[in-house]
Amino acid sequence: MSAPTSPRTRRMRRIEPAAVAGVMSREVANFRTFWKATTFSSLLEPTIYLLAFGLGLGTTIVTQVQGLDYVEFVGTGMVATAVIFSSALPAMFGTFVKHRFQMTYDAILAAPVDVEELVTAEMLWIGIRAGFYGCFPLIISFFFGLEPTFGMLLVPLFGFVTALGFAGFGIAVAGTVAKIDQFNYVTTLVITPLFLVAGTFFPIDQLPEALQVAANFNPLYQLVELVRHAAFGFEATDFLRFGVLLVFALAMWRLAIRQLGRRLID
Amino acid sequence: MENAIEIRGAVKTFGAITAVDGLDLDVPAGICLGLLGPNGAGKSTTMRLLTGQAIADSGEIRVLGHELPGDSKAARAEMGVVPQLDNLDIDVTVEDNLAVFARLYRMADVPAAVDRALALARLTGRREDAVDELSGGMRRRLLVARGLVHEPRLVLLDEPTVGLDPQIRTQIWTLIGGLRSRGATILMSTHYIEEAERLADEVAVMAHGRVVARDKPSALIAEYAGRETAEVYGPPDRLAEVRAVAESEGLPVRPAGPAIAIVGAERSQNGTIPDDAVRRAASLEDVFVLLTGEEAE
Repeated sequence: MSAPTSPRTRRMRRIEPAAVAGVMSREVANFRTFWKATTFSSLLEPTIYLLAFGLGLGTTIVTQVQGLDYVEFVGTGMVATAVIFSSALPAMFGTFVKHRFQMTYDAILAAPVDVEELVTAEMLWIGIRAGFYGCFPLIISFFFGLEPTFGMLLVPLFGFVTALGFAGFGIAVAGTVAKIDQFNYVTTLVITPLFLVAGTFFPIDQLPEALQVAANFNPLYQLVELVRHAAFGFEATDFLRFGVLLVFALAMWRLAIRQLGRRLID
Repeated sequence: MENAIEIRGAVKTFGAITAVDGLDLDVPAGICLGLLGPNGAGKSTTMRLLTGQAIADSGEIRVLGHELPGDSKAARAEMGVVPQLDNLDIDVTVEDNLAVFARLYRMADVPAAVDRALALARLTGRREDAVDELSGGMRRRLLVARGLVHEPRLVLLDEPTVGLDPQIRTQIWTLIGGLRSRGATILMSTHYIEEAERLADEVAVMAHGRVVARDKPSALIAEYAGRETAEVYGPPDRLAEVRAVAESEGLPVRPAGPAIAIVGAERSQNGTIPDDAVRRAASLEDVFVLLTGEEAE
């Protein structure tokens, strides 16, 4: 007969790796049932965007941006799009559904798992997934003429850290709203502006000065810059950009724990 | 006897609603205690207090020697919880549903724990099927097995058979019976009288957030309902008349669907109870309705 290894014999730590791994194993088990659809859309979406913006817009209206072919500019920028849409949205909807409709969190929290561990596991899983799928636009861009570089090997890491932050943001939102419809406010007022003012489809130096300043506080913009620099040459300020993403992830982690904790623990 | 659960003066409010109101409850190790009460009596909140998913405003709670809420995680490691509502992952296989929880409970040998739980739920042959493909009874058995995957010392069953048809209910009772014979401590909330009578060593009747009576089912019946209950059927006017006479004699009367039930009928004087009344042994249902003022299910 097997027996639990630790909890009965020792005082449990605040964040137990085994609890985090256990929650992540649930996500992996579920992901195995829908990975094909996710992968399909992750491949197709950037392809469509690159065809539309890169070949359509890029050959008729805009040919070069900041010294880059427009398809290269968009292809590298779209990493950020893929990261935010595969982190913030799944975190918002997934958390809300698991909490309100499936009551998954009630089951998990009845086991020796705390909210802090639950949120950590959810963020890590979304971060890994988004870090992986965030590279797809880059890979698709290779077929549109983007040259692979060694610096690009760091893109999954940049995507992962940014996705952690947006996953935390999504979980915090899900722990705050009363109804699922209220996500519309968040996508319209927060996610869409962040996505548009990130330098993905056009450089932010074409924006009014106030928006240019504001864009520096946009984690997606920092990610776009890091990815472009990974492709075309790093700059010294990239350490600072990466630091901003780390701080963003850390802040959203604590916020997510606070907001979801308030929702889950009466 | 050592107590698996000790609750002293627990209070839990939600805004203006007091769900648990000065609750005192001890559950000795090794017994099955049925927590019987109508909807809103505070049973589910009590369960949530015990799993750390609700924090008491005041009072003391100890579970398996662990002080809550501080040591809640350690307490949860040693208890199993079977929720009222099905929250299985329906697209995932039976086996994976169990494996996830074996990991959450830090089992050293996850495959062995899964095999044991599958055998317990009699689902070994369905291990690779998605939960969505199981019948309602199988899903409920899986839910119970998931809560027992780590062989807990204490099991919390929150309305384990609510909404189930009689056949599935019997299957679940068999599972719970097996648990009892294994020596696990069980706290089972229910509003089904028959369930409490069949499974519980002792029954605590809850109303308005506190325990209003507690004993073995037979002792509760003897204390609150006497030996015999008489059910009288008829038109409303006649029932009102019979009720008035019985109450004037000090006999408790309760509604019983289309009839009224005169409790403690053995104490009645000649003529109080009509000749066409149906006499039966007093039941836990009589106790439940008298103490809570609610119709039983």
